[in-house]
Amino acid sequence: MHVAIDASRCQGHGRCFSIASALFESDELGNGVVIADGTVGPGQEHHAHMAVANCPEGAVSIEGA
Amino acid sequence: MAHLPVADFATDFDHTDPAWVNDPYPIYEDLRARCPVAHSDRYGGAWLPVRHEDVASIASDHEHFTSRTVVVNEGRPGPQAPPAPIGVAPPITSDPPFHQLARRLLLPAFSPRAIDELEGFTRELCMQLLDGLGDVAELDAAIDYAQHIPVGVIAKMLGFPPEDGDLFRGFVHIILEGVDLPFEERIASFEPLGDYFEAQIIDHQEHPRDDLTTFLLNVEINGQRLEMRHVFGTMVLLLAAGIDTTWSAIGASIWHLARTGADRERLVAEPKLMATAIEEFLRAYAPVTMARLVKEDFEFQGRAMKKDDWVLLSFPAANRDPAVFERADEVLIDREVNRHAAFGLGVHRCVGSNLARMELRVALECFLERFPEFHVADESAVTWARGQVRGPRTLPLVVG
Repeated sequence: MHVAIDASRCQGHGRCFSIASALFESDELGNGVVIADGTVGPGQEHHAHMAVANCPEGAVSIEGA
Repeated sequence: MAHLPVADFATDFDHTDPAWVNDPYPIYEDLRARCPVAHSDRYGGAWLPVRHEDVASIASDHEHFTSRTVVVNEGRPGPQAPPAPIGVAPPITSDPPFHQLARRLLLPAFSPRAIDELEGFTRELCMQLLDGLGDVAELDAAIDYAQHIPVGVIAKMLGFPPEDGDLFRGFVHIILEGVDLPFEERIASFEPLGDYFEAQIIDHQEHPRDDLTTFLLNVEINGQRLEMRHVFGTMVLLLAAGIDTTWSAIGASIWHLARTGADRERLVAEPKLMATAIEEFLRAYAPVTMARLVKEDFEFQGRAMKKDDWVLLSFPAANRDPAVFERADEVLIDREVNRHAAFGLGVHRCVGSNLARMELRVALECFLERFPEFHVADESAVTWARGQVRGPRTLPLVVG
């Protein structure tokens, strides 16, 4: 399973990289970006789901779950 | 000046009415069941959607709504007013596509990395304020503490003298709370702010330094420096949007903790709850309601909106919508799923959200460390700001 961000929806609320800092980081403008290929490592599943559930713009998703 | 009392908020709402100022949440709840888009003839015609879905849809609809003016008042932008797309205070008063250019140039200064660098300064400021109180048994958390924090931080960012804090708060008060003044009086009241900014701009032109004002004077869009009214407008925005908002969030959070001993004790015992607690305070006590103007006559949710009608974009109401939030009217400091809209939705997401969160967290951490126990001294003495930014303006506490 891996996480993805729809850059056309992201407005830089910053919730994903605050909640799941192993999976997301901020770019220089404050928008969320996926770290590496977004693979959700062991023990990161809950953080991944919380990042999805807390994005105010619905920009974060989980694929291949 | 002061308006007549509101009889029915569904047909005559007014966000300066004492009932709204004191406690707007039962009003939103009532309207959500009855309307859910309320109307008022006040302010020359205004609408109030209270469902999250409607607020989100208007926030992202730039075809039917403009951000040209975002503070509901008795006037409308006249022919002399700065036209769209720049507006009075870019980028908050700008519409796409110009909005994106004006916003993009500000974003790096407010990115998480840039804001991290201000945390030490903010913590020092909070500790100084608390140390300055001395060994007190009572204090006013809004006046003695919360209000000084965003003023100090934004003055540092813009490179304005820190001792001008009272002046800034006066300017912001006029912009945000003088909304029911006659239009000409409201415009005239902006003059001292204009003079102050002009003096600051000249000083920064003569003595450039590493701050946001110098940055705005030098930055370019498409190879051109910003028009002076753009620089001026953005400075107005940073001051107006950076002070009362965060002051309100800090004050409302302390107010909650002062009235809810169990949450205060839990936060002291389990500091790792701070992250979810802060998001919950932002959801439940979201300080900011935005506004739009209707561009042309059109129908929204069965209501016939007219060109130049106001729309109050209530993020506080959206954040209490039970269709989106479980136990929406309860404050749960460990709420894990919290897709709140305190910083807005869509392209106008608050540019300062990272800064606001940092200030709120540091302010609460310092306050709880210094005063692990406190309660409201006199509930009837607590007063709230009127208008589109809501938070306590007097908050007398008994501490220790």
